[in-house]
Amino acid sequence: MAQTVVVTSGKGGVGKTTTSAAFASGLAQRGYRTVVIDFDVGLRNLDLVMGCERRVVYDFINVIHGEARLQQALIRDKMLENLYILPTSQTRDKDALTTDGVARVMEELQTQFDYIVCDSPAGIESGALRALYHADAAIVVTNPEVSSVRDSDRILGILAARSKRAEEGAEPIREHLLLTRYAPKRVQGGEMLSLDDVQELLRIPLLGVIPESEVILQASNQGIPAIHMQGTDVALAYKDVVARFLGEERPLRFVQPEKTGFFKRLFGG
Amino acid sequence: MSFLDYFLGSRKKTASVAKDRLKLILAHERSADTPDFLPALQEELLTVISKYMPVEKDQISVHMERRGDFEVLELNILFPEQHSPG
Repeated sequence: MAQTVVVTSGKGGVGKTTTSAAFASGLAQRGYRTVVIDFDVGLRNLDLVMGCERRVVYDFINVIHGEARLQQALIRDKMLENLYILPTSQTRDKDALTTDGVARVMEELQTQFDYIVCDSPAGIESGALRALYHADAAIVVTNPEVSSVRDSDRILGILAARSKRAEEGAEPIREHLLLTRYAPKRVQGGEMLSLDDVQELLRIPLLGVIPESEVILQASNQGIPAIHMQGTDVALAYKDVVARFLGEERPLRFVQPEKTGFFKRLFGG
Repeated sequence: MSFLDYFLGSRKKTASVAKDRLKLILAHERSADTPDFLPALQEELLTVISKYMPVEKDQISVHMERRGDFEVLELNILFPEQHSPG
């Protein structure tokens, strides 16, 4: 049976799609047959971040409505042969995701893959609810910032109440905190919530910390998942995230400020 | 933050302000998801307690909160100062 993982946050712009692309790629790199699904109907972006936007012919909504077979809509990743992308529609609206339709597609994917990664839209409306409904595990992407932390807390409440597991009284969804856009130097200066602060507020286990980095933009510019940006902090941090998700122990990195010289310390910068 | 900022007297650390504000609002919003029976429970507790001690309606509060895997029922009763029991 495949494991279904939702990447969610409530708030927009915190790094859900970046994380979905990197995390799914990381699982595939480790040899797992993986599919990553875009649930953001009408605001399709996973295809761009994965660099397959010109190969989209059929999408998730076509499959739900019987206009295409699943195999026609699945796009094989250009870098990893056991990774597939299921893009969403750019023209339909979120109501095109019917409960039954999503359930049928998920069931079919279960037989073909080890991991199903669901990239949730922002908000707490139907698109986000559909994305989390089938989840076995959730990655709650959070920025060290007040509105993101509050929205993550709200999403945790929804995960606990509105998922299939909650409705059936099964074991709850495994929740993982992923702190993104973390700037250790600003934390040290007391101008950004620390890792400990966010953990204390949200009270879920930490999966990893992705440092704030210009590499993320460079990766999305080119349509390359950030985990492939060789030798960068961000790629290493995402690899650690995948390893921890698979149950391996990895010490946290990139959570301390880099050492700065005397003049920098004197004048700031 | 540089040493110069330090000597020029910098403002209160904003991260701790953020944390304090979040603590309050999250506690409030979590308790908003409380079960329907809480007002009734509060009413009945008030009836029972007022049989033995003087207590005002607005001096009793019942909250339910999710803490990790647990739900915590919190009961707060304030008694008037002049009435020390015993």
